[in-house]
Amino acid sequence: MILDILSWLLIIAGGFVGVTGAIGLFRFPDFYTRMHAASMTDTLTAGLILVGLMLQCDSILTVLKLALIFFIMAYTGPTAAHVLAKTARHVNLKPYLHGKEDAS
Amino acid sequence: MYLAAAVAILFIMSLALARALLGPTLFDRILAVNMFGTKTVLLVAVLSLAAGDSSYLDIALVYVLINFIGVLAVLRFFEYDPDSRI
Amino acid sequence: MLLVTALGAVFIRDLFAVIMLFGIYSLVSAGFFLDLSAPDVALTEAAIGAGVAPLLMLATLALTREKTTPQPRAKRSIHTSLLPILVVTMTGAALVYATFDMPFIADPAGPAHNHVAPRYLQASGAEIGIPNVVTSVLASYRGFDTLGEVFVIFTAEIGVLSLLGFLADGSGRQYWQFEDTANLRRHNILHVVSKALIPVILIYAFYVQFHGDYSPGGGFQAGVLFAAGFILYAMIFGLQAAYRVVSPTALYWAMAIGVLLYGGTGVASLLLGGNYLDYNVLGSDAVHGQHNGILIVELGVGICVAAVMMSVFFKFSGRTAHFYDDRREVRK
Repeated sequence: MILDILSWLLIIAGGFVGVTGAIGLFRFPDFYTRMHAASMTDTLTAGLILVGLMLQCDSILTVLKLALIFFIMAYTGPTAAHVLAKTARHVNLKPYLHGKEDAS
Repeated sequence: MYLAAAVAILFIMSLALARALLGPTLFDRILAVNMFGTKTVLLVAVLSLAAGDSSYLDIALVYVLINFIGVLAVLRFFEYDPDSRI
Repeated sequence: MLLVTALGAVFIRDLFAVIMLFGIYSLVSAGFFLDLSAPDVALTEAAIGAGVAPLLMLATLALTREKTTPQPRAKRSIHTSLLPILVVTMTGAALVYATFDMPFIADPAGPAHNHVAPRYLQASGAEIGIPNVVTSVLASYRGFDTLGEVFVIFTAEIGVLSLLGFLADGSGRQYWQFEDTANLRRHNILHVVSKALIPVILIYAFYVQFHGDYSPGGGFQAGVLFAAGFILYAMIFGLQAAYRVVSPTALYWAMAIGVLLYGGTGVASLLLGGNYLDYNVLGSDAVHGQHNGILIVELGVGICVAAVMMSVFFKFSGRTAHFYDDRREVRK
């Protein structure tokens, strides 16, 4: 019962964080801010929802698989974001500064 | 509960799709596709628990790996050109 | 969602963006397959549609240009635009008309549920003894079709080989002798992460390969995953390092061995007194024979697919490297 409530809370929190990130991805003015919104919430959403699902399931194999997915996501997500940001810097994509619309 | 999670994820996916369609630069699109991919993984995981079939999780795992490789591949071929522009 | 993505892919001119949209498209359709409880198809769509197909398109794009040039308006006469519209409309109308005759989805009286499917579903447990019916249909009941698919892949690779394998500049250098200039090699974090990730991918590919009897998976998906691991290595550590791990010649051999393994299983069952690709004779009894046959055949498929994918990727990348090598020479 407590597990159930806990898993509910985690999944709702994960969904909330994810929707926040998606709105950020949609509304923010330039690439770097969008990236900030998307990549940070991405990992947190994945973590919250996967842990929430882990509390729901009954077989140990499923828990292990979910944990594996969680670890690989936590490993690859920030790396992909890092490479993406570095590449964007590399090709001189200008950030959006002081309200001047000089983002490409 | 699974339904609530699935609806939230689908909402996120549609916003990411909108960003991928609009995205002024290529990087916005890559970011949106990356986000879409991770959300697909979560959707598959939710579906798997809802259907009670843990073998669906294998597919989620494949998505995680393929998604990462895909993002890297785009960046690699994009960076390839020494005098590329946005 | 599928429709929006497809329309976006048609209307956007930047080809990189279109490839991104193709990735999304296949993720969405994989979601649909999963929703219709077809995990094997979803797995294939994920590995091939979302992973390898965009990869190859990107590699092609690196060789060509990024944008489609719009056709000049003046050149279009009435019949270049009217005729295709007419044909498309008629075909579409015929297809819509045909759907009226289709049974409802999940209608138990529909032909999809009455022809051979019940026999496969009911008899596969006793005849083959594998929990995943898709694998038994793919490798055993429909063994000839799958053999055909493997031959198609093999032939496609030969086609790519004959188009891209030989360089036109007459310098006599093979395509794998050009060092590529991928900037990803400068990312230190990427090195560390991928060093840890590649073994996981390869082990997981083996799991998909040999666990295909029990869960979604099999030779095709495993081959693609295995190749993806090597492609990741080649992308990050450079083509030369990847060639040192697995040489192009070894890939040619592996391709042929994969196909021969499949065909040879058929010949072996022929020699042991059965029909071609009839696995019943390959073991002490029919069920064991089926197990052995499916295992070997899936292994053949996996080897062939992995070798072909890697070989095609190496070829495209080597060709791109050569291309930029030339351009740098010109700029000097």
